[in-house]
Amino acid sequence: MTETLIAVHDVEVSFSDQHLFHNLSFDVDRKDFLSVIGQNGVGKTTLIRVLLDQLNPTKGYVKKRNGLQVGYVPQFRNIDQDYPLSIRDFVALNLQTGNFPWLSKREKDQLDRILDEAGLTDIKNTRMGRASGGQKQKAYLAQALVDDPDLLILDESTASLDNVRKYELFNLVQHFNQQHDLTVISITHDYDLMQKYSNKYLELRTDGYDSGLVKDLRQREDHVNV
Amino acid sequence: MFSFEFMQNAYIAGTFIAIICGIIGVYVVGRNMSYLSHMLSEIGFSGASFGIFMGWPALNGMLLFTIISSVLIGRMSVKSSRRESAISAISSLFLGLGILFLAISDKNVSYATNILFGSVIGISRGEVWQVLILTVVALLFILVMYRPLKFDSFDHVGAEVKGIHTNFISVLFLIVLALSVSTAAQIVGSLLIFVLLTLPASAAKFVSRTVSGMILFSIVAALIGVWLGLYLGYLTNWPVSFFIAVIECIIYFLALGWQAIRN
Repeated sequence: MTETLIAVHDVEVSFSDQHLFHNLSFDVDRKDFLSVIGQNGVGKTTLIRVLLDQLNPTKGYVKKRNGLQVGYVPQFRNIDQDYPLSIRDFVALNLQTGNFPWLSKREKDQLDRILDEAGLTDIKNTRMGRASGGQKQKAYLAQALVDDPDLLILDESTASLDNVRKYELFNLVQHFNQQHDLTVISITHDYDLMQKYSNKYLELRTDGYDSGLVKDLRQREDHVNV
Repeated sequence: MFSFEFMQNAYIAGTFIAIICGIIGVYVVGRNMSYLSHMLSEIGFSGASFGIFMGWPALNGMLLFTIISSVLIGRMSVKSSRRESAISAISSLFLGLGILFLAISDKNVSYATNILFGSVIGISRGEVWQVLILTVVALLFILVMYRPLKFDSFDHVGAEVKGIHTNFISVLFLIVLALSVSTAAQIVGSLLIFVLLTLPASAAKFVSRTVSGMILFSIVAALIGVWLGLYLGYLTNWPVSFFIAVIECIIYFLALGWQAIRN
């Protein structure tokens, strides 16, 4: 049986001069890989804020599974060239449950495991400021995943990456999705990524939205192409 | 040298101050607040002269002014774009006030130079206790808030995403910073406070890649400056703050050079 992590029901968000979403409803189930696509200004970032409880919808509601742990990789980070921390120390920042300044044995194992799975072990002592764009994105991902969340939200994580790095990063996300039952919501405007990696899509438009399974979308497109 | 009580006092107080500045400085550097700590030292000067004007110990005036202003700044400059101009405005006001209070109090000019440049030799046993208590308070804060403070200082965006109360941490940290600035001003004077607060930590940034490593390096660098500075001051009768400033600058430039070679 599928387990629903997030149920969005009839949601609308109004700002003084703008109405976003029109009775937006969708479910995110465990192990889903949902791509949220759409042009700039349709409210992709606003939707994230609603999902993260940073913003209350004007209408409708969002229901989350009790105790749902969310990891989030925001689009912008201020890591400059002189940023001192190593990749390992940067990833460890997100270990927040312990009370002591030092990491417990369990936390260290957790940290080393995630670095290993993200392919960062060899460069774990590289300073974040000196890491390449692709390495940084992997480190952001590892940081978001180090405390083992149920759901990962990626906001345009591939925007600054070339094609090779883009697929490398998403192969990694796919690995966590398939091997560790991580549920993923990916905000993107890359149709290619959506088709290749996600099982569900949500297309936001200014006048409404479209959602469903990516495989149905493929069939429909094949149909049109014939 | 240690047979003199004033040298004992200077060494004890200096050691605590070096430790607390070394630790707090790492977060100041991580949070890009060097400029702000500079301003807090000017406000400290103003507070000290206000204290003198009121007939209080200078430290009390400093604590009052630096704590109030850091809370104000914390609330005013939530947006970093506004931070620099807000800091400039407030520091100008406080420097002006400091000069006013000194002028209308009946103390002589040597008092002003003591506040501005420090008077490490004049530290009493009572002041050593004050320094000790302030250091313990600051250390306790760092210990209790270590992980969220570290997260917020070195990855503000990530900490916000995590749901850490970054505004609350920011205000608390500013208060502890104010405590440290007021304390350290006893030794190096308010004008040279950032010598201990930001130089060791800035040097640490070039050398270490972990927060704990930076803290360790920064404490050691501050201790070397204070201990050696006091000793050289004792030998030569030149101002201790001068020696501390020179030593910390040398450490900073060595660290900078070391990093340049490594890259």
